[in-house]
Amino acid sequence: MISFGSDTSYRKQSVVNRRMFILSAAKVLVFGGIVAKLFTLQINENKKYLTLSDKNRLREWKLPPIRGDFQDFFGNTIAGNLKVYQLHVIPEQVENFNNLIVRVKDILDLDQKTLNRIIKKKNSQKPWETLIVSENLSWDQFVKINFYLHELSGVKPVLSVARSYPYNENYTHLLGYVAQASQNDLLNNEEIKKKHVPGLRVGKIGLEKSLENELIGMNGVQRYEVNAYGKRINQIDHIEGQKGKSIRLTVDTKIQQKCNELLKDKAGSISVMDIYTGDIIAMHSSPSFNPNLFLYGISYENWENIINNPKKPLINRSITGLYPPGSTIKPIVALSALENDVISTKFKVNCTGKIEMYGQTYNCWKKKGHGVVNLRDALKVSCDTFFYEMSRRLGVDRLNETAKKFGLGDKVFKNIFNEEKIGLVPSTEWKKNALGRGWVLGETLITGIGQGYIQTTPLQLCLMTAQLANGGFKIKPKIIVNKDDLSLEEIKSKMNENLEKITEEPDFDDALLDLKITSGDSDGKMFKPLFRNQENVKFVLDAMFASTNEVRGTSYSSRINDKKYQFAGKTGTSQVKKITEAERELDLDISQIPYEDRDHALYIAFGPYKNPRYALSILIEHGGSGGSAAAPLAKKLFKIIIDRHEERKKTNSKKNNLQV
Amino acid sequence: MFQETALSGQTTFFQKLRSLDYILLFCLIILGLVSSLSMYSTEGGEVLYHTKSHVLRFLIFFSMMLIFSFVNLKFWHSIGYLFYFVVLCLLIWASLYGVKASGSQRWVDLYFINLQPSELMKVAIIMCFAKFYHRTQIHVVNNFKNLIVPIVVLILPILLVVSQPDLGTSILIGLCGLVVLWLSGVNVKYFIYSSLVLFISLPFVISFLKPYQKLRILTFFNPDRDPLGAGYQIIQSKIAVGSGGLSGKGFLKGTQSYLDFLPEKHTDFIFTLFSEEHGFIGSVLLLLLYAIIIYRTAKIGASARSFFGKLFCYGYASSIFIFVTVNMSMVLGLLPIVGSPLPIMSYGGSSMLATMIGFSVVMSTKIYQKQIIA
Repeated sequence: MISFGSDTSYRKQSVVNRRMFILSAAKVLVFGGIVAKLFTLQINENKKYLTLSDKNRLREWKLPPIRGDFQDFFGNTIAGNLKVYQLHVIPEQVENFNNLIVRVKDILDLDQKTLNRIIKKKNSQKPWETLIVSENLSWDQFVKINFYLHELSGVKPVLSVARSYPYNENYTHLLGYVAQASQNDLLNNEEIKKKHVPGLRVGKIGLEKSLENELIGMNGVQRYEVNAYGKRINQIDHIEGQKGKSIRLTVDTKIQQKCNELLKDKAGSISVMDIYTGDIIAMHSSPSFNPNLFLYGISYENWENIINNPKKPLINRSITGLYPPGSTIKPIVALSALENDVISTKFKVNCTGKIEMYGQTYNCWKKKGHGVVNLRDALKVSCDTFFYEMSRRLGVDRLNETAKKFGLGDKVFKNIFNEEKIGLVPSTEWKKNALGRGWVLGETLITGIGQGYIQTTPLQLCLMTAQLANGGFKIKPKIIVNKDDLSLEEIKSKMNENLEKITEEPDFDDALLDLKITSGDSDGKMFKPLFRNQENVKFVLDAMFASTNEVRGTSYSSRINDKKYQFAGKTGTSQVKKITEAERELDLDISQIPYEDRDHALYIAFGPYKNPRYALSILIEHGGSGGSAAAPLAKKLFKIIIDRHEERKKTNSKKNNLQV
Repeated sequence: MFQETALSGQTTFFQKLRSLDYILLFCLIILGLVSSLSMYSTEGGEVLYHTKSHVLRFLIFFSMMLIFSFVNLKFWHSIGYLFYFVVLCLLIWASLYGVKASGSQRWVDLYFINLQPSELMKVAIIMCFAKFYHRTQIHVVNNFKNLIVPIVVLILPILLVVSQPDLGTSILIGLCGLVVLWLSGVNVKYFIYSSLVLFISLPFVISFLKPYQKLRILTFFNPDRDPLGAGYQIIQSKIAVGSGGLSGKGFLKGTQSYLDFLPEKHTDFIFTLFSEEHGFIGSVLLLLLYAIIIYRTAKIGASARSFFGKLFCYGYASSIFIFVTVNMSMVLGLLPIVGSPLPIMSYGGSSMLATMIGFSVVMSTKIYQKQIIA
């Protein structure tokens, strides 16, 4: 057996052994190569793959930041946050979206219209973006959804917060409102872009918009471990977000509500201001609308209601409404004439109801005329004839200078409200530049009674009144309470200091003032006198007192005799169109004139007369005469403003405790 | 020569038992244990279907292997062709009436088990060739007739398996066959010529590949080509292995597998999971375990007197090496993704059965190492 073919058998064995040896050597090499590859992956590149592995398994979810509150001066929340239950779906993670959404519809009892809207929304966004099926589930719906959650994979009930405005339409124009961030919001504001999560609400207008970056807060972050299909397995980390800054405003809700009440069913605006601190006590534009409507996307009907309202609720009349100031400009015209020594307080004009000048007839509002009037009487009875003559002597450029000094034709807030209008106080130079034509002297006359080119916002008139009422000092209007705000005493002493300076070395100070203006430092002028001779200011204020509190004064019927509430004011009735001679003869009653042609009723006032503290301006669009439509509101308003004063003083003294 | 009669005939059961290769058995048991634990880990630390059935299969087939080890080597030699022929028939049956799953028809339904004959072919081809060359004299190995017969024998199952379609297994069968051909003394120049021919005809072959197979080859050259599609498996696999580091993320703590980022983690990518959880150290130890198994198998071959036993052991050791190398290279991104299980570690009954049949013959060679087969 063995001998058989033992030679070949031996050769065969040696061949196979040799070749196996070669093969084994190759195997060692190959295994060495695998070990080398393992070494590269697991030792050399370990960090890289570890990072990739973490990237695989960890997913971060940004939580919506919680928006800061708005509070009124007394610490009442006027814009806050409510807890709401929402339903989110990420379409990408849903197997069959259509089935799911129909199931959700059944559970939540949604109507077909809502369903269509959701489907439309889903089609308009990327599949991995969160789709908000419902922004505001009721508690019952929330419970129901959670009950069925196991069969609704991909659906996420979320506890979220939503903006709420407890005072509804009262603060709409001041605060603005929030709504879902639009593409534009993301483009224009880095902060929003950085913190954006689906469904994030951002300010669209008003303080909500201009203070966005302070209000928005910091996102919370939830870090989850997810599996390959993106399903969350467990929560690894939770970083609390930070609520945005709460902002305390200078406004008084009680007074704001009163303003809203007084302007009910009217188009108009009321602004109330502290004449020393510049605090906006109230600022309301009517008609208003409920900002809560915008929270979840306003419904079609509600939007139609707002947009089709002829009184245009979307307009913030206080700062964007431009109106001819009418006779409310007269105190400034008088002051300007006195300051420029154009006339003396003794100057008299005989009013016959009209005056012929430059071949044209200029009428006084009183057809019969006022007879012989001096400056005080002219302000008191608002005699147009007197002001025609005085403006003629004064000239529009000198009037322009004084008016601008007192805050007309300029933004009251520098950059708080984007939509704020500048208005217009005409001058010869302005007309040449803007219209390319020379100034006509007749235009000076109608500018002197607040008609023609001149346009102001109600808030500008309020500031003007405040700066007159405080004795003629520049103040800084403000709406946000700051830690370093000056107290009343500090402001008053500053004013006195500045007054002494002007009496000591008037010329030098004037030059200094001019320098500061040119250097663009507007704060340097703060609490500086806006007059040359304070007697002139006092004279004008006294005339305004007469206008309200003396017989024949234009707002005499709205006076308050109680010294505590006594106020002084000036009416204004500004024409919206030129009245023809024929119409004048007709002397139509207000109810016979079409609404759009009716005069705007204006009133500016300050009080209490002895030791004044607050100024206000009232505008009723197409309300008729200032004396009959606007001034009576001031009477009601001053009662509450003065009553609230004690409260405000108390709050002020413990200001630091309330500071947020 | 004196012991010849004693050896050929009457060794006692205990002598046989003693002559088992215990190191090899020990390594196989360890591997079985490791594979069971890995399977347990794929199921997130729970004993579920895969773990249960893997453990069961290991136990059954390992015991079967022990029993078959005592079968005389002569028997294995005598059924060499028959085994090949039966498996070939099963392959044809699979092509005709096989069970379809995920696009290919690889399984035959034997009522109690779904058998994948292509896995058995990996052993059958070695056994068949071992028998063929056992008989063939060395000086006629390179005769035309003695060349053409093995080539036909090798090509037939390859074609059947390719048509299933199962490129991975057919390549492995081909490699197993070629290795035995090489060991048995086929002239080196034929290997060189045929690889040249293969190389030249490669573009032609590629044009016959299925689109997904082409994609796999393209993906191999650049996995980042389509990271969420075809490249996904290899990228995720490399992430898993790489993030394992020196000592791994720990048993049951492999995030890549636990969070389902790993594809085919029970079968072809079981090594990825193991490597992620046990790191470089674990992987090298596992590789060492395979190296010992291969070494012991080859050593049994070296001391076998019969050419059949020797050639089978050498061939089988080499095939284990090929399976391990191809599988690991694949999951490490060194080779394109082709379906190739890791012996014993990967889930799969047919693969386990084939592997254990192979080791039965190896053990039988050990017990009957002095046996001479005419």
